[in-house]
Amino acid sequence: MRKLGAQEVEDIALGAAVLGTGGGGDPHIGKLMALQAIEEYGRVDLIDLDEVPDDALLMPLAMMGAPTVIVEKIPNGDEFPRVYHALRQFLGKEVYATMPIEAGGVNSMIPVASAARLGIPLVDADGMGRAFPELQMVTFHLGGIGATPMAMTDEKGNLLILSTVSNMWTEHLARSATVVMGGSAMIAIYPITGAQAKQWGIRGSVSKAEEIGRTLRLWSKQEGAIRTQAATLQRDAWSSRPEECAKADGAGPGDALQAILQLTGGYLLFRGKVVDVARRTVGGFARGEARLEGTDEFRGRSMCIQFQNENLIATCDGEVLATVPDLITVLDAETARPITTEGLRYGCRAVVVGIPCDPKWRTPAGLRTVGPRYFGYDVEYIPLEQRMAERSRW
Amino acid sequence: MVFRLGIDVGGTNTDAVVLDEENRLVAKAKTPTTPDVTSGIIRALDQVLASRTVQPEKIRYAMLGTTHCTNAIVERKSLTPTAVIRIGWPATVAVKPLTGWPEELVRLCGRYVYFVAGGHEFDGREIAPLDEKGVAQACKEIKGRVGAVAICSVFSPVNPAHELRAAEIVRQELGEVHVSLSHEIGSIGLLERENATVLNGAVWRVARQVADAFERALVERGIQARTYFGQNDGTLMSVEYAVRYPILTVACGPTNSIRGAAFLSGFGDAVVVDVGGTTTDVGVLARGFPRESSVAVEIGGVRTNFRMPDLISVGLGGGSIVRLQPGPGSSPTVGPDSVGYLLEQKALVFGGEILTATDVAVRLGMIELGDSSRVAWLDAATAEKIHGRIVSIIEDAVDRVKTSPDPVPVVVVGGGSVLIPDRLAGASQVVRPDHYEVANAFGAAIAQVSGQIERIFSLDRMTREEALAEAKRVARDEAVKAGADPACVEIVDVDDVPLAYLPGNATRIRVKAAGPLARHTSGWRR
Repeated sequence: MRKLGAQEVEDIALGAAVLGTGGGGDPHIGKLMALQAIEEYGRVDLIDLDEVPDDALLMPLAMMGAPTVIVEKIPNGDEFPRVYHALRQFLGKEVYATMPIEAGGVNSMIPVASAARLGIPLVDADGMGRAFPELQMVTFHLGGIGATPMAMTDEKGNLLILSTVSNMWTEHLARSATVVMGGSAMIAIYPITGAQAKQWGIRGSVSKAEEIGRTLRLWSKQEGAIRTQAATLQRDAWSSRPEECAKADGAGPGDALQAILQLTGGYLLFRGKVVDVARRTVGGFARGEARLEGTDEFRGRSMCIQFQNENLIATCDGEVLATVPDLITVLDAETARPITTEGLRYGCRAVVVGIPCDPKWRTPAGLRTVGPRYFGYDVEYIPLEQRMAERSRW
Repeated sequence: MVFRLGIDVGGTNTDAVVLDEENRLVAKAKTPTTPDVTSGIIRALDQVLASRTVQPEKIRYAMLGTTHCTNAIVERKSLTPTAVIRIGWPATVAVKPLTGWPEELVRLCGRYVYFVAGGHEFDGREIAPLDEKGVAQACKEIKGRVGAVAICSVFSPVNPAHELRAAEIVRQELGEVHVSLSHEIGSIGLLERENATVLNGAVWRVARQVADAFERALVERGIQARTYFGQNDGTLMSVEYAVRYPILTVACGPTNSIRGAAFLSGFGDAVVVDVGGTTTDVGVLARGFPRESSVAVEIGGVRTNFRMPDLISVGLGGGSIVRLQPGPGSSPTVGPDSVGYLLEQKALVFGGEILTATDVAVRLGMIELGDSSRVAWLDAATAEKIHGRIVSIIEDAVDRVKTSPDPVPVVVVGGGSVLIPDRLAGASQVVRPDHYEVANAFGAAIAQVSGQIERIFSLDRMTREEALAEAKRVARDEAVKAGADPACVEIVDVDDVPLAYLPGNATRIRVKAAGPLARHTSGWRR
């Protein structure tokens, strides 16, 4: 067990944006909620899955709906205790701890804020290892674990307890209720035992996000020295400190990138500039594709990234390099900060990184749930490592 | 003949131009920016008036692009205590107003914060009825303690009714107090919009003082002109509007340069390189306007969601300090530090002791300036090497902002642009228009008037096309309200993003319309 304070939250949020693979909602607003909750209620205990007794009850907490809504209609904060206690009473069991259902995006932060308010520990695990758009896209689902009974609420105090016949029904019913509630809702979902979590959860994903975030922060701190200096320079031509500049020259975004690839077992898929972004509306989901022209060692080549909220397929010169459920993340080449699919713009200089997903997603059941075909692409899933190995043989 | 005056305040210099009805240059001036800014503006004004071609009584329009409000926030000076009323309870409590603000700024202008019930959903339904008593109660507590009130309601860009009603109550309770309404200032994103709204209240007196000082200076010089302020998107607002929404002036400088470069070069699409004394800004001109950045912009440590020009700034300018051998065995470096506005004292060619980028340009015969014999000792090969370094910094920045590998026209402006050669990698041509050194003042002088709307439209009762048409109509109306000629208003930008993770039915539409000032439209190039 260890404590999560403000710095840890900052790092997890940044790492969660990388694991969000372009979607999952900007963790920023969730981070501010977590920071305020920690300031008011104290730091959060992060516990390992092995510290959870097999018969203990875990209750994942999350938000569902449009991230655009949550940045405008920020939650009250009381929603978390409300869904938590409602589901606890419905189940008639004490809750041992909460956990994230989704390691990527804004839902990395909601359980941190909730754990602080409720004074319960947070388990270092999740049910995706990344971000996904639907409620059944959780590794627990693959283990036959029901998403319900679940509780959902809005800031006004409306509260629903759902009991459904399948996790797809849960998705449909909860999604409709979310719209009526104003486009975002707080949910307590997939109540599971310690034993189930150990078998079907993805271990260490909170710590992994934190490590990714810390790596980026330490790098950008050095980078920040240059920027601060440039800002000072504009104000006063004579206050320069050239020695700081020289010091900061040492590290580059390449170092941060290498560290992240090592941490995640990931691959550099492409380096280039965004030259076209096409978006279209399909059933309210932001679908589209981004085209990049290669730079440096990728000069002369081009990449296409297809996305539906998250990045799903990365193709280089017609050859598929990575597909969902493996992670495809776009980082700003200058700052090494993750770029969301909404933030993709002409001219962004970017690196595209592929990260292997959790093995649970690579089973037939996993691929039925989140494979490329579920998202409507006629592409075979081949694990990222295998695609990379085949590519290097050429 | 009617003249228009444009003044733009930069980090190093304050520039002024006077143009005639055909937008031909009548006079121009360049003077160092002063710490108080205002005296530099007046000096620039006096310099253009000293030209015999300018008759003060002919100047009918005066456009000012100034950094006063930005400086006030960054330097924490002259800020007005501002109360924050957030309408949205029970929503939004999980993140309080002024979260992430620097402490000093909170202490100076943000000590009174209130939550009241109200606000709307994304589709325009009420979250709760507005708590009118709550607003009145907050007013009783802040009476006599604040000089401004900022009101921010959840989803006010979709439905501003609660903000408007709250403003009425505030005026009833407090009389004539400065009221900032968030839906008139920012877009979706409660915290960032609220931050900008509070800063708007905090700087309104600064804007009032600048406007008064500027108008007084004009009158004292026999100029009877309508005065406008330049705003972030490259368009103008009247003084009354600028005092209501001073925060909209914070990034007008770079915008003015890009707009000025567009006008002077005649290009609608190009890369613009503005080389100043200390830094070079590289931006993109798309259909006559700066391409906007999509990232949140921080002002004085406060996050806002303003759309600013998408720029790359590099530490290279006419005053950049050149080090021949910064370390053992190392090559010469240029910048990022600079002698800035002290160029005419510190540079070698002006009798100073510091080797600057300008000295290198003189050594290479790119310009004649000061005493070239003072740089004769620098061997030509080294000077070429240094200049090569300068060119590669610029070429890299140009490549970073380009949207395709195809060569594009590059327009170079700003006092330091003499450093840039006539050919650049990635450029189809390098254009250095006449009056390049005062392009930003041109940008201020020729600015158009705009109107903008950003709103989430629910598509339950209208089609997407109807929503777009409605948005365009509102944007046009806003432009005309701000003073644009109704006959010449054009839609200059449309952005339409569906709401993610929600089934159907809601989309965020942003439309901007712009046109020349009403009356005196003859001779406007478009």
